[in-house]
Amino acid sequence: MITLSAVEKTFGTNAVLRGVDLHVPRGESMVVIGGSGTGKSVLIKCILGLVTPDSGVITVDGVDVTKAPRDAFLARFGMLFQGGALFDSLPVWQNVAFRLLRGSLKRPRDEAREIALEKLRRVGLGPEVADRLPAELSGGMQKRVSLARAIAAEPEIIFFDEPTTGLDPIMSGVINDLIREIVTEMGATAITITHDMTSVRAIADKVAMLHKGKIRWTGPVTDLDSSRDPYVDQFVHGRAEGPIETLR
Amino acid sequence: MTRFLAAIGRFVFEALGSLGRVALFAVETVTHLVRPPFYPRELGIALLQVGFFSLPVVGLTALFTGGALALQIYAGGARFSAEAVVPQIVAIGMVRELGPVLVGLMIAARVTSSIAAEIATMKVTEQIDALVTLSTHPMKYLTLPRVLAGLIVMPILVGVGDVIGILGGYIVGTQSLGFNPATYLKNTADFLEPLDIISSLTKGAVFGVIATLMGCYYGMHSDRGAMGVGRATKGSVVAAAILILAANFLLTQGFFAA
Repeated sequence: MITLSAVEKTFGTNAVLRGVDLHVPRGESMVVIGGSGTGKSVLIKCILGLVTPDSGVITVDGVDVTKAPRDAFLARFGMLFQGGALFDSLPVWQNVAFRLLRGSLKRPRDEAREIALEKLRRVGLGPEVADRLPAELSGGMQKRVSLARAIAAEPEIIFFDEPTTGLDPIMSGVINDLIREIVTEMGATAITITHDMTSVRAIADKVAMLHKGKIRWTGPVTDLDSSRDPYVDQFVHGRAEGPIETLR
Repeated sequence: MTRFLAAIGRFVFEALGSLGRVALFAVETVTHLVRPPFYPRELGIALLQVGFFSLPVVGLTALFTGGALALQIYAGGARFSAEAVVPQIVAIGMVRELGPVLVGLMIAARVTSSIAAEIATMKVTEQIDALVTLSTHPMKYLTLPRVLAGLIVMPILVGVGDVIGILGGYIVGTQSLGFNPATYLKNTADFLEPLDIISSLTKGAVFGVIATLMGCYYGMHSDRGAMGVGRATKGSVVAAAILILAANFLLTQGFFAA
């Protein structure tokens, strides 16, 4: 479904992606792991067209993403941003129903609100939060609202960028379970960016490790502990010693 | 000497480059004016934020400036026995120059900074990226409504500022300088010409576009982090103020230099 071939991206003198090759079949939950600053977020931003790759080809269902009609293309995607990226000036329900209140997916306001309330319920939030502003919610609640927004228009493809960053372990577990349930329930194709190994084991069907701008290893999550790749081993077990350079 | 010339050259090239980028940004904003979808709700909110909520600051600025102007003209005029021209000079000064320029600068301080800080924060917190993934063009959703609001509402604010400025002069003139109220108003009305008012409102519209466009431009091009937001906010106000003063000179020359 999603294929990246030899994708490269450089910012100034910093080559972030140095020829990424990756294939994510339809309905699969792929988790991309890797250290901070290895270009994981840039990778999904390249797929969405938020960042333009310097070279390489990215296709979704065989269509080059740079040539697909933009609105129709983006309508297939939902995205949970690392910091939530909720719109401060809009109440929670309008954040969730943002796509349903304008543009090609526009619905009547009452219907959009009903859908928003249903999606909020799906992520464990009651109607009492619907009219609050995002700033009035805790970090965990904001993440859930952002998750509700990502699934509001029932997208075929969902991206999760560091879904558990900044959350306590219990809330992380709740978000991981929600993501797994929603992806399974909707039959969506998912790419998750994380360096939280608990999330990886909870969410992934397959795992890809990004290191120094290239996919270092890819395989089923069940093979993660027996990958025999020293880079993956070091990352998975959080060792300071190993082939991945660390600053101490 | 060579280094000095090179530095001047670099500065000129950078300035021209910046001007080009702002011009392209402005052209892109205008192209969204004729391409749906449109966001009337966002325009309504921008009209309130740029216009209605600026009324107190515009009113107070104009009132005190009009009063001070009356005092200055009276004191200056007394040197050559021309105290009687206070109503006429207050009117022409407020309508032709001080009204539009002061309102423009106050809007640059209040609105441009607010727009730049808001959009820069949205950029830093990935809200702009989120807009794109939700199939909403940031220029159409954030920039166009604000620039349109500046264009629509600034002539009104300048008109209000002109009237309140003249009122400030009237209060000082009649209450402390001994002018007859009816004569003061008659002299004011008789002296103003339609071109004075047209130039004032035209300046308002131009300054409104400059103030809002600079806020949006610097917000959209903000660097990351709190420092990035701070730099964007400061840059937007400085650029808006300088461009407003430069545009004021050009417009004054265009209207009155013949």
